[in-house]
Formats: sequence, structure tokens, C-alpha cells
Amino acid sequence: MTMAMLRSFLRFAKDSLGHICLGNRYYYAWIGFLLLLIAAGSAAYLGQLRDGLIVTHMRDQVSWGFYIGNFTFLVGVAAAAIMLVIPAYIYDWEPIREITILGEVLAISALVMCLCFVMVDIGRPDRFWHITPLVGRLNFPTSLLAWDVIVLNIYLLLNWFVVTYLLYCSYTRRHYVKAIVLPLVLFSIPMAVSIHSVTAFLFNGLSARPFWNSAILAPRFLASAFCSGPAILLVLLQILRKVTSLKIKDEAIFKVAELMAYTMGFTLFLTLAEVFKEFYSNTEHLVYTKYLWFGLQGHHTLVPYAWGSVACGLAAFLLLLMPRTRTSWVGLNVGCVLIYASVYIEKGMGLIIPGLTPDPLGEIYVYTPSATEILVAAGIFGIGFLVFTLMLKVAVPIMLGELTVSPGAPAQHS
Amino acid sequence: MKSGTLTSRSLKSRRRFLGTAAAAMAGAMAALTGCGKNEVEAFLQHNFRELSKDELRQVIARLEADARRKYGREIRIGLEPAQQGVIFGYALDLSRCIGCRRCAKACVKENNPSRDPQIEWIRVLQLNKEEGVDVSHADPYYNPEEVPQEGHFYMPVQCHQCRNAPCTKVCPVGATWQEPDGMVVVDYNWCIGCRYCMAACPYGARRFNWGEPAIPAAELNPVTHYLGNRPRPKGVVEKCTFCIQRVRKGLYPACVEICPTGSRKFGNLADPKSEIRYILENKRVFVFKEELNTKPKFFYFYGV
Repeated sequence: MTMAMLRSFLRFAKDSLGHICLGNRYYYAWIGFLLLLIAAGSAAYLGQLRDGLIVTHMRDQVSWGFYIGNFTFLVGVAAAAIMLVIPAYIYDWEPIREITILGEVLAISALVMCLCFVMVDIGRPDRFWHITPLVGRLNFPTSLLAWDVIVLNIYLLLNWFVVTYLLYCSYTRRHYVKAIVLPLVLFSIPMAVSIHSVTAFLFNGLSARPFWNSAILAPRFLASAFCSGPAILLVLLQILRKVTSLKIKDEAIFKVAELMAYTMGFTLFLTLAEVFKEFYSNTEHLVYTKYLWFGLQGHHTLVPYAWGSVACGLAAFLLLLMPRTRTSWVGLNVGCVLIYASVYIEKGMGLIIPGLTPDPLGEIYVYTPSATEILVAAGIFGIGFLVFTLMLKVAVPIMLGELTVSPGAPAQHS
Repeated sequence: MKSGTLTSRSLKSRRRFLGTAAAAMAGAMAALTGCGKNEVEAFLQHNFRELSKDELRQVIARLEADARRKYGREIRIGLEPAQQGVIFGYALDLSRCIGCRRCAKACVKENNPSRDPQIEWIRVLQLNKEEGVDVSHADPYYNPEEVPQEGHFYMPVQCHQCRNAPCTKVCPVGATWQEPDGMVVVDYNWCIGCRYCMAACPYGARRFNWGEPAIPAAELNPVTHYLGNRPRPKGVVEKCTFCIQRVRKGLYPACVEICPTGSRKFGNLADPKSEIRYILENKRVFVFKEELNTKPKFFYFYGV
């Protein structure tokens, strides 16, 4: 029994690998482009390994920057991809299994990128084993970073297992065991909430940084993630149903867009609440918020990002709120791109940097990412898109029953 | 209590087993990877607080040899432990400090921080008398012909060795902790360089080795402590330790000794007859960012 299972799993792995290698020339061009990005990022990273983090623009005053901003954004994407499963169940959308699988593939890719961003940010990647439970010395439960390591890895394993299992079942034309899948998918929902909450608490718990030390930070993280994650998925679903025979109802897409409009509205409201509190109370803690929105002592680096993010968010909110623009494909897709831009700018530039500027002794060090940081980040996005593309390359034909243990025969659907 | 002893014993035996396993693995890895035995041993070295006496001896021999290679000089890495009944405390007289920065320079000379990139553990702020202790008006880069400048006062800031330290709490690997005599120290061979502690510190007291530290061999202080001023590698965090290598031998920290105005006071908080206790009990004392409840063992006061 086990031998037979192993053999068929090996065959599944072999067929998947074989399928990855085959594609039309657009596919090869895309993969080639991603490999180029990865090569550029790797070269930049090798320089950073040799010379140290001094090749970034981070310094003692602003000790975290673009890498940690990207990490935070991608934790949100990973979380939201699965939270999309909730409405899929509530509204009983037809292709629940397909949406679940796509969400999980997106979550896995985002998590791979998260772990890469953490790796490139630490000064001693050679000592990574120190953070491994049991082998190293994980400072759990005191350090929120220890919590983050644990929840992110559990979440990665969970998603990887569910998606592999579902695809493997489809491939062998067997129906998946609901008693295994349903509890795991349901468990992944609180896990999704927890990865983003823990990541928010990681910043939130620092009394030294008043900009982060606000109780609405975790809710803000969740709300903004609930916009940006689905924004990526919606665009993806449209592409997939165009280039494959995957069927996804229009209503499902419009319904998600409507939910995104509400959460975007809520995100904007939370931002307003934060800004109001800081400006009206006008304490010494206002400096960080001021640096972000209006600049401080002649330094205005972040101001265009702050307003740009809000402008994108507001425009997307209106586009997705009004039924006429929401149900037009142009309005919908522009809305998705704007939401993505809004949240990416906010997490990438508007969260980490103003949290650390001015520094605890009042100094303003103007941080913007260095060329190395941008190249390394591009390389990591290359890795993420590659993981995503390769997984989808296998997942889609298996979901459609085109790639099974005996080619040609349709997969057995529930 | 009993369960505590048991746990620590079982932890120790697990560590001993891991230690043996690590030694065996070190040999195998050196053979496999073609790396030197030293590099593999350095890679596998465990947290300072979990090393046995034998392991510590080996580690120190290796680190001293590393320093010999890098700087061509003999250094000594000491392990002087905390003394019973001693908790070190510091008080700085803001009414006397003239902002000459001799403390910051003496600290560099004593503690072997990198000269290029430049690292200094003490940061002296020039503040306006009109604004008082308000860092939004602070200037750490003041550079006049002469100090003190009219209308200004000076506030040196270094690690406050907090009893309720936010930095040790957040470290994901336990690479930084508070010693029994009160100093917050870093194991430079265990720190992974995530810099979470730097984000957590409200006093901006921690420094990161962004590049490979460089010290002219002639300027290297050869008398060091494992948890203090021994040479640091690239990619780890460091900080003021009240000169652990000096104070545990009964000497004053370098910054106290050099101060020309006598603004810096240091002593044993646990000794009711110490000068530091006299100051805390009789002078106008304040704690920087007191509202954060970090409970520093570094105090500011107005002596006159």
C-alpha cells in the first residue's frame, strides 16, 4: 500500500516536473525574464554578503528599511489569499476548490518571498540555524519575532500540504478525503489572521517607536491585506479563465470586488483615525506622522508616497464601490491595480521608515533604498513569481483534469 | 525549585550530547566542505550561556587566534564573572557636563569599536536651555571651536542598562541578556543581526556593524572581555557594557575616568554607602523617557 502510494506520488512529481518544462514561447520568455531578475538580484546579494549591509542605505538611525517593508506587505498577501476562502464558503461559489487552490498557491509564493526578505535583511545569514526551534535557541514566547518564525512556517507547511494533497488526489483521479481537507482549510483561516496579527504585534509592541505603538496597527494590517491580496487574485482569475478552460462566474469576481471596496473604505477610515489622533492631540509623538505626511525640518522624502498611497486607495474605493464601474472590466481592473499600489506603497515606504524617523534621539536620517536593495528585492519578486508560475503551470491542468495519471481521461470531480 | 533543577540538568545533558555531536559534525563538515576546522567550529558554536568550561576554553583560544591573524597582536579575552552583591549604576550630572566628548573618545579607545565604518557608543546631544530635555531640538553633530556654547547644555546618552530592558525581550535567539550585576550584554557569536533590538531601544544605544569592522592594529586594546570589548565581526549588534572588562576588576568605566568635570558617577547600587546611592537619595535626579517604564540603571541629575 505504502509502496504503491510512494510510486504513484513519485509519478505525480515526475509528471509535474515534466509539465513544468513544456510550454509555448511566451511561457519560456516569461521564465527567462524571471531567471534574469533572479540572476540580477543574486549578484547584488552576493555583493551584500561580501561587504555587509553597508551596501544598503540602512544605518543605525533607520535600521530597518525596504526589505522589512516588503516582508510586511507580503505577509499581508499571504494572509489575504486564504481569507478569500471565507467568502467563497459563505457565498457557496461554484469553483471553491479552484479558488482555494489558487489562494494557497499565492500564499505559498508570498511566504517564500517573506522568508527570502527576512534572510536578506539579517546581518548573519550563516547563523540562521540559531532561530530554529530545538536546534538553536528560539526566544519563545518572549520575542514576537520568534512567534513570527513559528506561525509563518506552520502556515507555509499547511498550505503546501493542502495544495499538494488536493492536486495529488485530482491527479490520481481520486476524490480527496473531506475529513482531512476541510479541517485544514478551516484551520488555515485563523492561521492567516494570526500571521498578519503577529507581524503587526512585532512592530506594535515597541514602546520606543510611538508611530507603531498604536492599538489599531493590527486591525489596519488586516484591513489593508484584505484589499491587496484579493486584488492580485482577481486579476489572476480573469487571466486564467481566458487562457484556460477554467470556469469562474462573473458574480464571484464582482462579489470579491465589492468586499474589497468595503475593506478599502475601512482601511482609509482607520488611517484617518490615526492621523486625527496624532494631529489633534499634538503630543511630542506627532513628529513621525508629520514626517510621513508633511515632512519635517525640510525633509519631504516620504510625502509623495503618503499622499500617493491615499489617492490610489481613495480612487480604488470609489471605482469598486459604484456598481457601474465595479462591473465594468476596465473599472474593476484599474481598481485592483490601484489597491495593490496603495497598499504596497503604504507598507513599503509609509510604515517602516516613519516608524524609525526621527530616531530615538531626534535625528532625521533620510532613508531611501539603495540600488542593491532594489535589485535584491526585484530578485526576490522574481523567485516568488517563478514559484507561482511553476506551481500554477502544474495546478491548472490538474484542476481541469487535463493532467492525470492516465492522460486523456477526465479527473473524477466531486 | 525541584523541577527547575531537573530541567536545567536535563537541558545540560542535552547540551552535552549536542556538544559531542557538534564536535563530531565539525570534523565531518570540515572534511566535506573544504572549509577550515576553525570556520566550522565557529559556525557550530552555541550560545555563550550554554557553553561548558571546556567549550569556552576552546572558543576563547580560537577567538584569540582570529584576532592574532587579523590584527597581528596578542589579545586576552577574559571571562570575569559578576560579583555577588554588586549591581552597577551610573549617574550623570547635567549641570557639570560641558560637552567636550572626551568620554566618547575614551570609550572608543577602550572598547575596540570599528573606526571605519565609525562606531561610537556614547552620543552627546547639544540641547537648547530654553527647550530643556527635548530631543526634537537635539544636535549630535555640534562642532564649535569651544564648548560649552552659550545657551546650550549637553546630554551624553549611552546604554541605560535597563532593568526592564525592551531590547533583550525582543531578541529572537537570546543573544542579548542582562547579567546578574546589571549589564546588558551581547554574545557577538550568537547574534544573527536582525536588529530587532535596535528598533526596540528607546535610547538609540545599540550599534550595528554594517561593514567589516576595521581598527588600526596599534589602536587595538588587548585587554578584553568576552561579553564586552573583544573585537566584533561584521553583521552583529554591539553596545555599551559599562566597560564590563574594567568594572568587574574594580576599575571605573573609561568614560568615568576621563571626564574632566567629574560629571560621571559610577558605583554599586546594592551598597547603601556608595556615592551613587548618595546621589540618588539626595540630588535632583531624573530618568530619561521615564514614562516607558524601562527602569534604567543610568540616571541624570543636577548636582549644582
